[in-house]
Amino acid sequence: MTEPAKPANALELHDLSVAYRVGGRNRAVLRNLSLGIGQGEAYGLVGESGCGKSTVALTVVRYLPRNGSITGGAISLDGQDVMKLDAEALRRARAESVSMVYQDPGKALNPSLRIGRQLTEIFELGGVSGQAASDKAIAMLNRVRISDPASVMQRYPHQLSGGMQQRVAIAMALANDPTMLILDEPTTGLDATVEAEVLDLIAQLRQELSASILFISHNLAVVSNMCDRVGVLYAGMLVEEGPTDVVFNDPRHPYTVALLRCLPRGGQRKDHGRLDTIPGFLPGIGAAIRGCAFADRCALATDRCRTELPPLYDLGGRLSRCHYHEQAQSLPRATPSDAAASTPKAAAESVLRVEGLNKTYASHGHALRAVKDVSVSLRPGETLGLVGESGSGKTTIARLLLGLVPPDEGGRIELEGKPLAARLDNRTADQIKAMQIVFQNPDSALNRSHSIRHLISRALKRLAGLSGAALQARLDELVRSVRLTDRHLAVKPRQLSGGLKQRVAIARAFAGEPRIVVCDEPTSALDVSVQAAILNLLADLQSKEHVSYIFISHDLAVVRYLSDQIAVLYLGRIMELGPSENVFAGPHHPYTEALLSAVPKLDQTETSRIRLDGEIPSATNPPSGCVFHTRCPRKLGAICEEQEPSLAEAEPGHTIRCHIPYAELARLQKQKAVQTEPA
Amino acid sequence: MVFLGGQVLPGNVGRAILGPFADQRAVDALNHSLGVDRPLLTQYGSWIWNFIQGDMGTSYIFRSPVAPFVIDALGNSMKLAAVAFVLVVPIGILGGVIAALNLNRPLDRIISLGGLSVTVLPEFVTGIILILIFGVWLRWLPISAAWPRDAGFFTQLYYLILPSLPLFLVLFGYIARMARSGMIEALDSDYTRTAVLKGLPWRTVIWRHVLRNALLPTITVIATQTGYLIGGLVVIETLFRYQGIGSLIFTAARGKDFPVLEAGILTIGIVYAVATLAADFLYSVLNPRIRLGTDQ
Repeated sequence: MTEPAKPANALELHDLSVAYRVGGRNRAVLRNLSLGIGQGEAYGLVGESGCGKSTVALTVVRYLPRNGSITGGAISLDGQDVMKLDAEALRRARAESVSMVYQDPGKALNPSLRIGRQLTEIFELGGVSGQAASDKAIAMLNRVRISDPASVMQRYPHQLSGGMQQRVAIAMALANDPTMLILDEPTTGLDATVEAEVLDLIAQLRQELSASILFISHNLAVVSNMCDRVGVLYAGMLVEEGPTDVVFNDPRHPYTVALLRCLPRGGQRKDHGRLDTIPGFLPGIGAAIRGCAFADRCALATDRCRTELPPLYDLGGRLSRCHYHEQAQSLPRATPSDAAASTPKAAAESVLRVEGLNKTYASHGHALRAVKDVSVSLRPGETLGLVGESGSGKTTIARLLLGLVPPDEGGRIELEGKPLAARLDNRTADQIKAMQIVFQNPDSALNRSHSIRHLISRALKRLAGLSGAALQARLDELVRSVRLTDRHLAVKPRQLSGGLKQRVAIARAFAGEPRIVVCDEPTSALDVSVQAAILNLLADLQSKEHVSYIFISHDLAVVRYLSDQIAVLYLGRIMELGPSENVFAGPHHPYTEALLSAVPKLDQTETSRIRLDGEIPSATNPPSGCVFHTRCPRKLGAICEEQEPSLAEAEPGHTIRCHIPYAELARLQKQKAVQTEPA
Repeated sequence: MVFLGGQVLPGNVGRAILGPFADQRAVDALNHSLGVDRPLLTQYGSWIWNFIQGDMGTSYIFRSPVAPFVIDALGNSMKLAAVAFVLVVPIGILGGVIAALNLNRPLDRIISLGGLSVTVLPEFVTGIILILIFGVWLRWLPISAAWPRDAGFFTQLYYLILPSLPLFLVLFGYIARMARSGMIEALDSDYTRTAVLKGLPWRTVIWRHVLRNALLPTITVIATQTGYLIGGLVVIETLFRYQGIGSLIFTAARGKDFPVLEAGILTIGIVYAVATLAADFLYSVLNPRIRLGTDQ
């Protein structure tokens, strides 16, 4: 794809070192990083948080935070030395040749300017103004597949959905027809179906445009679908680089090997065994690294690894920074796979039974049915996974069960056969103890001013009614069971990493020996290696304590790993409910089918993806008939618009809310040969 | 509240007006004619009813309707407030913006520290110091705010500069600090990064993208301070012998002239409420997120 007039590489980093000044000292974030991205090439940069991915992006556009500085090396963008540019030349480079799109489009757009203004100002820089600029802006919005661009031009960012905002951000980035497009976690935080749309768009635009792409993501599957080559970053160093499929299928660095093993893949479930983890932590920024940065966490490391920094070995078209790259894949597991998973006793009485649960909110005079007619039951030691896009009612159901908000009249919640009061205030202490929650963000769930010991003891006092020596004994036991050590007890939450904080939150939830723990996206904010450890912990606790989980997550592979039953929600209604394996294996509801198809997979087997058009309809004004008919790719016709289908039993224990008969669904989905195995 | 407070305080209105040596019968008669011997609720009801109709009652001391006093005083206070406002708002915002653009450099330190130091000084301290410097020592400005009769606009303005300076000092640090933190937040925001990375000139980034978002919260603060500017000037008005609503209330409170006191305080309350309402209105006009709501 190289054009003769241009330099070989669109972006070339040579020996780049960047440091952040913290506490009066320069601390290295990037260490002698060298990489090149060819003309028209898509290069993926992966690694866990804190490894310097975003710093690379910000360095290229010279937008480091105030305390950041480039301490060495060179950046060449389209043959231009970025480090030598003065302010005006840098501005021109940003205006003409490099663009960037990042996470959280809601924040990236100016909240007080109309979309049109934010787009036209880019064309004005190029000397086009007035109507001509508007026309170009509209053309640009068309290009990112925004229907009705003229009306979008008149809107403010907050009036657009997340997916639309990211399209606008991409349109702005492409408006100057850049030679280099930097995408920094462009789909993180978006719903799976929206993420799939945005990724499709980027893939399509790649065909149309000549831009080279630097794609930064923590999500290996996304990178594997989008990029030609991939670089794995660890502690600010490139540890492995090569063509995407080669690196992911045949990794040659223990870190890449370990990272790939942390992901629940190929439908792995808790009863198949535990996920592998990576012991230890990423070296902090500025840490002195003598040998291999990964040596402390690598079971293959020898004395040589600890003292001698491995060079980037050239393995013929790919690189690995490991002395023993041939053996990388023999890395022993950090966590033994064999752990007995709890199998729910078939005959056991339900620990939780929910019947006809409804919740209607009043929103500007309209009724908003957040949850409609939800009935589920949960046996001891079993996990119910709740999946669905944002706004589908997952979290509302959790709040209703916990009694944080009262449901509408008429529904029933039973805990171990006894009816449970709608409001928390009316529940007995035992009932409150029996149901606990673990939140997504342990930062805001833990009081910052208390020590970990105080936080857990307090839960033990309040929930288990313990004191004195009994409390101490239980505290020790609890702390050990979530694999924290005494060392962690004395510190305050801010001194712990995200994963450790989540362990504290889990310990607190388990203080009162609960029967049910609601896990609301407990691993969404965590890196994959930490996520694996938390999932293992939850699975271990479940098999030991026979506790039941209600597990909410947008990550289907994670839900699949932990769940025995899955409820797929759309606009507050259960669209499909059944044993986890049946729901995933199919035949399934067309919505489930679309959700599964939207998940990016590591092994790029699938090329065609079921796209959902449009956005989730508003819950204040849900579509008539089947609420999914506006987006359903398998819509039958008038019946779907007029009659709401009931949850019909497809096979024992597996119900689907669809007019299409089960046998027909099976035939349609087999025909499409949709691969249903998530990564 | 004020009404009740006035009633609960020890002292008898008739006694206060007529003095300690007056005959008890005369005191009772006066109390009766003023209506203060009626039951509390009746008094309150008729007072509120009259206030709504524009009748603020009759001053106990001056034996004339309260309304002209209050309106005159309010007018005077508003003049003083307007001068202080016109001085402090642009300069305060400018100070904050300059500080933020020079974050952690000497200029920022001077503005932030200087603003904070003068803000914590109470206005009677700064007022006296300013009188000493400009009125007594340099003799540039008159030490009293009471301008001669028939003074024209500029003469009045001239007399108002010195009294408004302590107010300026009190508010400057406050407004500058709000503007500064708003600016810092906006400068660190993702949308500013987007604007810079679009390749827009720095000036455009600041004017078009940063300022408007940065100054929104400052507007709310300024508006709540408007209430203070009009109602909280007892000290300044006394110090400069200025016939504003603050000094009116002060005098009324000392003389137990409840109709004046109550009317004055209620008026200030109304000014506060109106200023806050105006601020909310302005804020919603400037902020599309509130103006247009969400599309859901």
